[in-house]
Amino acid sequence: MTSTLIRFAEQTAVVTPTWVRLAELLASVLFILALKGLSSPKTARRGNLLGAAGAAIATAVVFFYGQQYYGGPVKHLPQILIAIAIGSIIGWVAARRVQMTQMPQMVALFNGVGGGAAAVISVIEFLSVHSESVPILTATIFTVVVGSVSFTGSLLTYAKLQELMTSRPVVIPLGRFITIGVAVATIATAVLLILNPTNALLWALLGLSLVLGILLVLPVGGADVPIVISLLNAFTGLSVAASGYVLGNVLLIVAGTLVGASGTLLTRMMAKAMGRPLTNTLFGAFTAKASTSTASAEDRPVKSASPEDVAIMLAYARKVIIVPGYGLAVAQAQNTIRELVELLVAKGIEVDYAIHPVAGRMPGHMNVLLAEANVPYDQLKEMDEINPEFPTTDVALVVGANDVVNPAARDDKTAPIYGMPILNVDQAQQVVFLKRSMRPGFAGIENEVLFDPKTSLLFGDAKDSLTKVVNSLKTL
Amino acid sequence: MDAISLLTIFILSIFVGIEVVSKVSAILHTPLMSGANAIHGVVLVGAILVTGKATDNVQLYLGLVAIVLAAINMVGGFVVTDRMLEMFKPKKAEKEEVSK
Repeated sequence: MTSTLIRFAEQTAVVTPTWVRLAELLASVLFILALKGLSSPKTARRGNLLGAAGAAIATAVVFFYGQQYYGGPVKHLPQILIAIAIGSIIGWVAARRVQMTQMPQMVALFNGVGGGAAAVISVIEFLSVHSESVPILTATIFTVVVGSVSFTGSLLTYAKLQELMTSRPVVIPLGRFITIGVAVATIATAVLLILNPTNALLWALLGLSLVLGILLVLPVGGADVPIVISLLNAFTGLSVAASGYVLGNVLLIVAGTLVGASGTLLTRMMAKAMGRPLTNTLFGAFTAKASTSTASAEDRPVKSASPEDVAIMLAYARKVIIVPGYGLAVAQAQNTIRELVELLVAKGIEVDYAIHPVAGRMPGHMNVLLAEANVPYDQLKEMDEINPEFPTTDVALVVGANDVVNPAARDDKTAPIYGMPILNVDQAQQVVFLKRSMRPGFAGIENEVLFDPKTSLLFGDAKDSLTKVVNSLKTL
Repeated sequence: MDAISLLTIFILSIFVGIEVVSKVSAILHTPLMSGANAIHGVVLVGAILVTGKATDNVQLYLGLVAIVLAAINMVGGFVVTDRMLEMFKPKKAEKEEVSK
C-alpha cells in the first residue's frame, strides 16, 4: 500500500510553473463565483461570463505546463489548435442556431460530448501510462464507465426530446434483467481490470458502459427526461473530477466536483418539484405497464368550441388564468398569447399566467420562453401561489399543456405521473383547452379534464387559434 | 500532489458545490443546469494534456476527438447559457422603466 502511494505521488508530481498554478486557482475561484452567480436572477448572466472567463484562462495556461508534463514542448500543437477551433465553431454555431424550445436537448447534447471526452481522456491515459496503481486504475475505470454512460445516455435523451424516436418509456422484454446483467458484467470487468490491467479488458469495459448508458435511459420517458439530463450532467461532472485525479490535475478535480455536487442537488430539487423521488424516475418505467387504456379515448365525446366562442367566454370573464405549455412554444405563439393578454387586461380583466415548475420541457423552461416574448415578469405566477385562485377563476385557458393540468397526478394512484403536483385547472368555472389533437401529452396519459362538461376544446395550431381569438376579441 | 491533499480538495469542493446552489430559484433551474454543464467543459484542459504527450497515432487521434468533443461542450455550453440569460435581462430594465 505504501509503495503504491509513493509510486502514485511520484507519478503525479508534475512540476508546473507557479504562475500557471495561480492562474488555475483563479479559474477555480471563477467557477465557484459562476455557480453562485447563476443562482440568482440579478447576477446570473455575469456569473456565466465569469465561468467562461475561468474556462478560457484554464485552457490558455495548459500549454505552459512544460517539460515535466509533456516531456518536452507540447507535441502536435497545430493539430490540437485545429481541433479546438473545430469544436469551438461547432459548439458556437449550434448554440447560436438552436431555438429556445429545443434548449433541453441542446444541453443534453453538450453534456453528452463532455462525458465522452472525459471517458476518452482516461482511455488514452491508460493506454499511454499503463499505471498499476489501484487508486489510479479505480479513477480511470470510474471515468470510463460514468463518462460513457453519460455520453450514450445523453445522446438518447437528445433523440427522445428531438423526437427522433418515441419519447415514451421504451420497455424491452426482460429489459430489467438485461440491464442488471450488463451492469453486473461491467462491474466484473472493472474488477478484472484492476487485477489485470490489459487493453482488451479496457475496450470491453468501454463497450459495456456505452451499452449500459442506453439501457438505463431507454425506459425513462416523458416528463422524467429532463431530470435524467440533470442527473447525467452531475455524472459528467464527477467523471471530469475523476479524470482530473487520473491526470493529477487539481483544476479538473475542483471544476468536476463542483458540477457533480451542485448538479446532484439540482437534480434532487427538480425531482422534488415534480413530486417524484429520484429512484422512481430511474426505475419507475421498469414496473410501469405499457401505456394504459388509450384505445377507448377516441370514442368519448368532447365539447369543441369556435374561436369566437372562446373570445366571448374570455371577454365576459372577470378573472382569467393562462396555463402555457410546451405546445405554445412549439407553435411559436408566445407573442400572440401576450397580445391576447394585453387585450384582456385593457378590458379590465384580471389575467395571470400559471407557470408549472416543469412547464415546457425542463424546470424553468417556460420562464425563458415567455421572457423571450417580453411577457412581464409580474404576470407569471408560480404553482403554489396560483393554485388557491382557480376556484374563483372564470376561465382557465390551457394552451398546449396537458400533463401539468392532469388531475390523474392527484387522484389516480395507478397513473405513471401520480404524485406530481399539478395546476388545478379542473377547479376553475370553465376550462378552455387549445390543442392540436386529442393526442395525449408527453407522458402519454389520458386527461379526464378534457371530457368534463365545463371544458371546451379549440382544436388547431396554437398560434392560428390564438390569432383567431385575438381577432374576434378586437371586434367585440 | 499526494492522495490526501487531492482527497481534501475533492471533499471541500463537494461542500462548496452544494452550498453555492442551495438557494437557487426554480426560474433559474434551466440556466443553472446549462451553466454547470458548460463548466465541466473544462475537461478540455485534460484533453489537451493527454494529446500533447501522445506517443502514437491511436493516442493522438483519440486525443483530438476528445478535444473536439470537450470544446463543443465548453463553448456551446457558455454561449447557449448566455443566450438564455440575455432574455432575462432587458426584460427587467423595461419593467423598471414602466413602473417609473
